[in-house]
Amino acid sequence: MSELKLPPLDYAALAPILIMLGAALVGVLVEAFVPRRLRNGVQLALALLAVLAALTMVILNADARLLTAGQAIAVDGPTLFLQGAILILAVMTLLLMGERAVERGGAFVAHAAITAESAEDRRQAAGAGGATEVYPLATFAIGGMLIFVAANDLLTMFIALEVFSLPLYLLCALARRRRLLSQEAALKYFMLGAYASAFFLFGVALIYGFTSGIPGRVAGVDFATVHTAVTESASSPTLLYAGMALLAIGLLFKAAAAPFHVWTPDVYQGAPTPVTGFMAACTKVAAFGALLRVFHVAFAGAAWDFTPVLGTVAVLTMLVGAVLAVTQTDIKRLLAYSSIANAGYLLVGVLAPSKDGLSGTMFYLVAYGFSVLAAFAVVTLVRDADGEATHLSRWAGLGKRSPFFAAIFTFILLAFAGIPLTSGFTSKFAIFAPALDADQVWLVIAGVLTSMVLAFPYLRVVVMMWLSEPGDATPTVTVPGALTSAALVIGVLATLVLGVAPAPLLDLANGAAEFVR
Amino acid sequence: MSNFPFLSVLTVAPLVGALVVAVLPRRRPDLAKLVAFGWSLLVLVLSVVMWIAFSADGDRFQFRESYPWIPNWGVNFTFEVDGIALVMLMLITILVPLVILASWHDAEASKRSVPAYFALLLVLECTMIGVFAAADVFLFYVFFEVMLVPMYFLIGSYGGHQRQYAAVKFFLYSLVGGLFMLAAVIGLWVVGGKTFDWQALSQAEFATDTARWLFLGFFVAFAIKAPFFPFHTWLPDAGGAAPAGAAALLVGVLDKVGTFGILRYCLPLFPEASRWFAPWALALGVIGIIYAALLAVGQNDLKRLVSYTSIAHFGFIGVGIFAFTTQAGTGAVLYMLNHGLATGLLFLVVGMLIARRGSALISDFGGAGKLVPVLAGVLFFAGLASLALPGTAPFVSEFLVLIGTFTVNKPVAVIATLGIILAAAYVLWMFQRTTQGTLNPALTEVDGMRRDLTLREKVVVAPLIALIVLLGFYPKPVTDVINPAVKATMQDVGRTDPAPAVGTVQEAAR
Repeated sequence: MSELKLPPLDYAALAPILIMLGAALVGVLVEAFVPRRLRNGVQLALALLAVLAALTMVILNADARLLTAGQAIAVDGPTLFLQGAILILAVMTLLLMGERAVERGGAFVAHAAITAESAEDRRQAAGAGGATEVYPLATFAIGGMLIFVAANDLLTMFIALEVFSLPLYLLCALARRRRLLSQEAALKYFMLGAYASAFFLFGVALIYGFTSGIPGRVAGVDFATVHTAVTESASSPTLLYAGMALLAIGLLFKAAAAPFHVWTPDVYQGAPTPVTGFMAACTKVAAFGALLRVFHVAFAGAAWDFTPVLGTVAVLTMLVGAVLAVTQTDIKRLLAYSSIANAGYLLVGVLAPSKDGLSGTMFYLVAYGFSVLAAFAVVTLVRDADGEATHLSRWAGLGKRSPFFAAIFTFILLAFAGIPLTSGFTSKFAIFAPALDADQVWLVIAGVLTSMVLAFPYLRVVVMMWLSEPGDATPTVTVPGALTSAALVIGVLATLVLGVAPAPLLDLANGAAEFVR
Repeated sequence: MSNFPFLSVLTVAPLVGALVVAVLPRRRPDLAKLVAFGWSLLVLVLSVVMWIAFSADGDRFQFRESYPWIPNWGVNFTFEVDGIALVMLMLITILVPLVILASWHDAEASKRSVPAYFALLLVLECTMIGVFAAADVFLFYVFFEVMLVPMYFLIGSYGGHQRQYAAVKFFLYSLVGGLFMLAAVIGLWVVGGKTFDWQALSQAEFATDTARWLFLGFFVAFAIKAPFFPFHTWLPDAGGAAPAGAAALLVGVLDKVGTFGILRYCLPLFPEASRWFAPWALALGVIGIIYAALLAVGQNDLKRLVSYTSIAHFGFIGVGIFAFTTQAGTGAVLYMLNHGLATGLLFLVVGMLIARRGSALISDFGGAGKLVPVLAGVLFFAGLASLALPGTAPFVSEFLVLIGTFTVNKPVAVIATLGIILAAAYVLWMFQRTTQGTLNPALTEVDGMRRDLTLREKVVVAPLIALIVLLGFYPKPVTDVINPAVKATMQDVGRTDPAPAVGTVQEAAR
């Protein structure tokens, strides 16, 4: 029997991941040993410190381009860029999660075990301190995402997928109010997510089988082997196509692309709003990071085969997102469909196989993450006695009640609509230009046409807020606490700065836009 | 003096003014008005200095400035103007102070923030100046789109009946056009060597099919903006719902971005595609002239009527541009200026009339000339200018367009001439139904109708009347500036004027 040798680990390169997972474990201990009244502060501080420490390590690693942990983890430009993006967006998410001034006890239920709609549920909704388990859960999820975008073989990617998905399922179930909706969302997300994971795993198995056909090489699911197999394997290409399709289903599910998007509106609506923002921003970055790596590194040789299929998915996603957004009457569902449409635009970027395409997609992910988190931050503020007032009709006349927040939200909506001087415009350009350069004319045309459709629901909200008279049902905007204000300021400023002066971030993305193989 | 960064200062100045006005306390509306008015006068002075510094015999483009913006995409803040843009800049800086003065009390009626109204007007001025001064396609697009936002809020927040509907329709129409243009802009960037600089792009050669698609992308955006038939339906709604001042800017300046865009971007960048599309554009122009004029005759709402007359006039401008002769082109550009003055005046006067009566319906008037004779007189003058009576400025431009077109395309010129007759019909009939005939007894009960033009309103209309008359008799200062730019544009398209007509008629034009 040969001796089992440990692969060498580059601890500096792995530090961000280790910090997050370690902090999550410490968070579990904090739950056990720290008195309840102190927990929220301690947990929030711990999570924020961990994220900032991980971010520092990412920045210190900025020049690293290496494979480590036995080729399982790739620390290269895209990894570091996307890890940095996830961590910065995670800071905003944690700030929103930690907010206690907007609602007594925060956005989360006191104990997940309390039966929904019971007397006890009503008591906890009235102001019991929220669950603090959300911080270790979120920290685990962030750690999983950091692995997900760095994974250099399909099995590591699968484990990372589970590490970040399971906490998310739980987080979705923890809304303080409308708990049935929240639990339904979590269950739905879990069931469909489990299916998607199974698809992914099956795909991994098929690809493994496919790589066994490389003459004179051992089979494997690391991307280098898969890359070689695509051109050299003697196995039937059916294995490759089927495997690729199944993998894509798993990833597109997380990315909320049609036709794997049906969970999105329900989950976005039911989940506690900070968690919704987390999913819309960070999960999207992670999912597209993985899509980019899988299709640009592992399957690069099969671009001719997957481009038409993924292109169709992209067009369908844009269409579904844009058209269904028009009919929505709930702001969170509207943002969910808008997020679906944005997944379509991002797929256009994935299909532009150039350095510009890669950097453009990464730029888009960051820009969209900031805007969408800011949008959900505003959603947490518009509320009445029963919690958030998410029905669109309740937003009528908000511009008169709270002109400042209505103006902020208008700005974010204009960004979503792609009006110049907002990050929404520059990021669309960053994606469409390389796509057109790569002769994906029809994708760009579909993108432009759906942008027109999508402008209408955004505009409808603007009209609601500014041009309608406020009614009795119009809620006021709660004055945000310091944490939400900070998140909001970061999001809005980033949306503005990336729209007016995108050059620094574009440079950064350009410098990072090369995978190591 | 020509080293002074005129264009960037001119663009930024109104924006700074808008910020100043916006932070003024809401309780001091008069202060906000004064500051806004004073600021717009400063901008006017600056633009007059620039006009003087512009040498008509010099280079086609002058006052070039360029600062890097997004180097990754080759985007620069590049400003420069040719004679066409310069004339439009003058029109903006002249109209804005007058509009501010004319809108003195408009914002109060809406119960919304008064300083915000004037701040929006200044923001609008900034974007309008920017769109004409930009020489970088990306920068142009940015201004083109951002321009929608202040206008949207001017119509939506301060407009009249059906303002929400009109504002949304206006925004969506323009956005749709803008997105077509965005696709074309990106396409241009890709095939044009990843640059947005107009000078560089105008040297580039494109494949025929590519150029035609890109041309169409730009043309649709500009045709919606202008608006040309059949993309015009948003204008009567927007013009009818907008407050009179904003409507004057909307029709007087904003819509000229469309025709300007065709002259600056469609023709020089895609000359072959322009020639290929010219017959269709001429047809759209002619249909617009007749169709819109007929609709104008049937209107009962004063502001909608003026909006329809504008669509007819834009038909003339379109014909002038796509006739591809220097006279017709000069006429079209001159028309852009004159139409801005004449229709701007007409909108403002109609606004004064509506403000007094509290209704925009022609049937609510009748014999108003007996109550407000001076106002009725100004309305008559504005109407005559609008129908291009000889002696008023629009006559010169309309005449140039028609003869310039006649030399190359007689049927179009002949049909377009019918538009003049219809113009007389809608203007005179409108004038007759509102101010002449027996006095509508309901009018005497309205307090407002007992006041004739106030001093403020006289100050608003006087400069416009003076300019219209002056340019009607002596257009040379303007044509001298426009002519070289138009000639260069026509050379870009590759059309030279037909030999016999050139010498004689062009002399007449001067």
